[in-house]
Amino acid sequence: MDSIQDTNRPCQIELQNVRKVYPVTGGEVVALDNISLKIHKGDIFGIIGLSGAGKSTLIRCVNRLDTPTEGKILFCGKNVPEMNKQQLNLMRRKMSMIFQQFNLLMQQTVAKNIAYPMEIAGVPKERIRKRVAELLEIVGLSDKAKAYPSQLSGGQKQRVAIARALASDPEVLLCDEATSALDPMTTQSILRLLQQINRELGITIVVITHEMAVIRQICTHVAILDGGVIAEEGSVDEVFTHTKSAAGKRLFGIVTPENREELAEAPALRIVFDGEQLSEPIIAELILHLGQPVSILSADVHTLNGAQYGQMLITRPENRDVCDKAFAYLKGRGLTVEEVRQA
Amino acid sequence: MSWNTLMAMLAEETCNTLFMTIPSTLIAYLLGLPLGVLLVITRKDGIMPLPTLNRVLGIVVNLLRSVPFIILMVMLFPVTRAIMGRGTGTASVIVPLTISAFPYVARMVESSLLEVDSGVVEAAQSMGSSTLQIVRKVLIPEAMPSLVNGFAICITTILAYTAMAGTAGGDGLGKVAITYGLNKRQYDVMYAASIVLVLLVQLFQVGGTTLSHVIDHRRRK
Ligand SMILES: Nc1ncnc2c1ncn2[C@@H]1O[C@H](COP(=O)(O)OP(=O)(O)OP(=O)(O)O)[C@@H](O)[C@H]1O
Ligand SMILES: [Mg+2]
Repeated sequence: MDSIQDTNRPCQIELQNVRKVYPVTGGEVVALDNISLKIHKGDIFGIIGLSGAGKSTLIRCVNRLDTPTEGKILFCGKNVPEMNKQQLNLMRRKMSMIFQQFNLLMQQTVAKNIAYPMEIAGVPKERIRKRVAELLEIVGLSDKAKAYPSQLSGGQKQRVAIARALASDPEVLLCDEATSALDPMTTQSILRLLQQINRELGITIVVITHEMAVIRQICTHVAILDGGVIAEEGSVDEVFTHTKSAAGKRLFGIVTPENREELAEAPALRIVFDGEQLSEPIIAELILHLGQPVSILSADVHTLNGAQYGQMLITRPENRDVCDKAFAYLKGRGLTVEEVRQA
Repeated sequence: MSWNTLMAMLAEETCNTLFMTIPSTLIAYLLGLPLGVLLVITRKDGIMPLPTLNRVLGIVVNLLRSVPFIILMVMLFPVTRAIMGRGTGTASVIVPLTISAFPYVARMVESSLLEVDSGVVEAAQSMGSSTLQIVRKVLIPEAMPSLVNGFAICITTILAYTAMAGTAGGDGLGKVAITYGLNKRQYDVMYAASIVLVLLVQLFQVGGTTLSHVIDHRRRK
């Protein structure tokens, strides 16, 4: 399933047939089943799925906060589930994690929190001090060194957690719902910070989320997890513009005959621009063609070398015939059109 | 009894009481703190799961706690004699006090450490901390306000137990209160000694609560 550009970048983490079963009273829960994935160096790899899909279980198996029941997880050529305690602790310094609830030391200052990974690794005091200052600079919290976490906002706490995660110079950063406790504006700033870290420090990032917007905004690759199995996987552009799996369509709110019931109201049309060369203003033309107005609900389209990429949501015409006419018109222009639930 | 004699006696007996209370508490923490840590980390969901050891420790702690102090003191006479040279007396009472207090301390420590957010412990694990590092740099510092509160409760409880030391030849405010109140019917002396005991308990309790509050950074200040 890998796209072509993947193969020439080294693999950072590889999962082979990972299965995780939790024993519960009166049976067992299969949280992950036969998961195989390759995450390459420098990727921002998103894992998306509904609640209970197994996202947390998957990411926790990668740094062995949880142990898979079966399968291999390869990191730096070693199988994570088979590592001894010492190897495990060394591996964990190369693979940091941030959490939805930040999980900072509440009785320590921001500076002390960031120093923690270096203290346990035995880094000399003077170097710790310098590095803490650098890290505070990166996350934009230089003035908060002496503050305690309780004095910070959620976004600031997550920045401290990110600085702490970077303190051990990791190769990989695992993020489990890192923005789910934050408001949309703060989410944006944290996502931009993650992207900056990925670009400037070359750190591979694994992002767990249930929000499509997070994937769209920063991920290069995405795997859709559904009921413990991977429903679909690939580059974000590919998966987003040509969604194949039912789970993916459900997540993106695309209406299909199977889920029409669930999404009883589907008042919008999604138009996907996949590099078409559009000479005329498409919506203006559509309105003229239909003889009635449609309004743009949201648009996220950018132009690259005269071709357009992205998507646009417009109101769906009430009248079925007019709606069909709109479909036909847009498809005639080579665009992908789908009925979606309005976000 | 003149005012001056009374004051002199109360001062001396306060010293005796503290002389029993403070070392007993400190030694009880020396034993009880590591035991409390073990009770937490060896739990099934702990950072060093050893369920069998956990169960054994739990049973031992419960057994020790279920023996009434006064009986334990008698049972321990041979041990006390071996350690202190004699079975009775103010200094010797430290042995049974310590033995009866440390399982209690262990439970107090256990409950304080269990209050630490498991997410923080998990974060420390994800950063590659050893078990000892998590105990020393995460569990204990994060639980410190609660541990201080627990310490205040333990020291006041031990203080109250010293009152029974009189039965094993120990001195102290408790003995004064019992001797004068019960045997000599000098109720004023009994009340005076009791007031000093109450003041000591208040002092430790209020001191502990205040300190716990001051060192706690979980609230915005
Ligand atoms: N310790 C556990 N014991 C038993 N079952 C568990 C345990 N942890 C997770 N599960 C089960 O495994 C499945 C996957 O859980 P997981 O937490 O990985 O989901 P998730 O995708 O992260 O969901 P969310 O978006 O709500 O965080 C769920 O059915 C859950 O009930
Ligand atoms: Mg989860």
